[in-house]
Amino acid sequence: MTAVPITVEPTATIEKHPGRWRRLPVKAKAGAVTLGLFILAAIIGPMVSPYDPSYQNPAPSLSMHAPYGAHLLGTTQTGQDVLAQLLVGIRLTLELAFIVGVVATVLAVIVGVTAAYLGGIWDEVLSLLSNVFLVIPALPLLVVLLGYLSHKGQTATILVLSVLGWPWGARVVRAQTLAIRNRDFISAAREAGESTWRIIAFEIVPNEVSLIAASFVNTVLYAIGTSVALAFIGLTDLNTWSLGTILYWAQSQNALQLGAWWWFVPPGLAVALMGTALVLLNTGIDELGNPRLRDARSASRIAGHLVRPTDPTPVLHEVPAERSRVGSFLHSFSRSSLLDEAPGAREDGSPRSEEGAKQ
Amino acid sequence: MAFIVRRLAFYIVAAWVALTVNFFIPRAMPGNAVEAIMAKFPNLQPSAFKALQAMLGVGHPGSLPSQYGRYLADVSRLDFGTDVSQYPASVSSVLGATIPWTLTLVGTATVIAFLVGTGFGIIAGWRHGGWLDRMLPGLMFLQAIPYFFLALILLELFAQRLHLFPVGQGYTGGLIPGWHWDFISSAIDHSLLPAFTIVITSIAGWMLQMRNVMVTTIGEDYVIAAQAKGLSSRRVIFTYAARNALLPQLQGFGLALGFVVSGAIVMEIVFAYPGIGLLLVNAVTSNDYPMMQAIFLVITFAVLLANMLVDIIIVFTDPRARSREATR
Repeated sequence: MTAVPITVEPTATIEKHPGRWRRLPVKAKAGAVTLGLFILAAIIGPMVSPYDPSYQNPAPSLSMHAPYGAHLLGTTQTGQDVLAQLLVGIRLTLELAFIVGVVATVLAVIVGVTAAYLGGIWDEVLSLLSNVFLVIPALPLLVVLLGYLSHKGQTATILVLSVLGWPWGARVVRAQTLAIRNRDFISAAREAGESTWRIIAFEIVPNEVSLIAASFVNTVLYAIGTSVALAFIGLTDLNTWSLGTILYWAQSQNALQLGAWWWFVPPGLAVALMGTALVLLNTGIDELGNPRLRDARSASRIAGHLVRPTDPTPVLHEVPAERSRVGSFLHSFSRSSLLDEAPGAREDGSPRSEEGAKQ
Repeated sequence: MAFIVRRLAFYIVAAWVALTVNFFIPRAMPGNAVEAIMAKFPNLQPSAFKALQAMLGVGHPGSLPSQYGRYLADVSRLDFGTDVSQYPASVSSVLGATIPWTLTLVGTATVIAFLVGTGFGIIAGWRHGGWLDRMLPGLMFLQAIPYFFLALILLELFAQRLHLFPVGQGYTGGLIPGWHWDFISSAIDHSLLPAFTIVITSIAGWMLQMRNVMVTTIGEDYVIAAQAKGLSSRRVIFTYAARNALLPQLQGFGLALGFVVSGAIVMEIVFAYPGIGLLLVNAVTSNDYPMMQAIFLVITFAVLLANMLVDIIIVFTDPRARSREATR
């Protein structure tokens, strides 16, 4: 494992240069497009929807009616339009997930950067705290917390999910900050007399944009999955329409047993597609930084030679053994259990910077 | 050895944090938990009322430090109080009856998923770009499906429609649990479909992770050197590449246990499986606060213990973990 300085490759520049879009891995494109469609549906969907999702059509013929022209995704047992519910549900679920993503990522950046940059007792305490909350299983704690709340609204869920969603990101941000803390440009800023908070906000955080973006995507993924599961258990405001509550009602009214697949399948598929889009987006960004992770066809195109996957990497194909920062983010999951003593930490340069701190 | 001691210290701190969080949740939350319980279970004895007050910190049960001391002493004796929904059984006895169900089913399914996923990951990483590798996006989709959604559809399809598996529950009603074949075979029969759903939803995660580490490991000089020496592919894959790629995978295993437990909670609801997850959700819906808190502690301690085991396995199987310790 060679230690290579990590090059800065903020994902933000991808949007700035349209030409880069074509160079994005297919996976990233597919993920971005799918997610974009869902965001679009969340924004304009409820506006163009012809029905109120809560309106119960009293006509007996419209109880659990299969999809047809007027109700494209059929109706529920009480004559509600499934499509209208779905559109509002996508909006509410995405809204919740994005808010949780933002709050938890901000918390993660604050904790991670503070721990690594201030070092000493701050680092010890904050790292310990994030590691402890990483090993404590989140869902049981969430269930207990929400169980005590008499009013289980959207806000409560957002709060509880955010409070428990930051430790992952914090760990990764900390490792990355340790790696760049002793770089020359940081020392220069310090010599120039810049304040600690200015260095953190204008020198360190901008260099971690891609990592933070990956952390955000992962947190959104966690928020979608967990909120839907919590709603399915019934630990949420069941009078609002989120993808989880639609599934809850469909299940409690025996939609599947009665053959009303149009009620049960679309919300589940929507969650699955959103999740896949986010995973694809992350994997695609990861491959952008680490060509080795791409599949063999694109890998062989780099040097214009056909190389079988099992062939030893020829010298002319040599790519630096460095891992993209998004890659190191994903890999950090794998090493979280041995905490900071994991071998991969060497690649992040954290031991190096620790040596630097001792000098 | 120093390593194990340090990890042990970490897990003790983690356990203490969990205990403390558990202590403060009922005291920090708005509303009167005891009154909520008494309203739901009017036939509780006055003594139970007193005990609940002391446990949940309502009324005047003494100063906070003395409450905390009593709480720690109770937990160390595995005394979680009296269960209100199955009064007057103690929480510990109700818990003891459900833990084996979850442990057997979820434990077995997780180990199977880990082994199969890791195996597939090794192949996908080695035959990089091969057919298994190209199936990854499909597998990701499978993993992104909410667990309960897939489980419900499979339950409907295989149990309700095709009658291949029994519909929910842990064993056929009417059987008396015990070590006799009728019961064991029925229990196995009932666990097949839940186990299968756990395996197929979690396999992709293991596979993806192992595949990515494999791809990186294969590019390492020592793997190329092994190939250059003319060693058989088998040997290069398993003794050189996979063995080194396995460490992060094992670490991930420890950490993923938290998610496995979460999956188990939802699984038990879908299949009405008589385990600890179903117990937790029932406790929440019936305001059975003592039970909720005890379950949270039990689950957390189980995950911590499993993590510790994984750490010990890593230290004994991977010289890198040991040498890193020596140089510190």
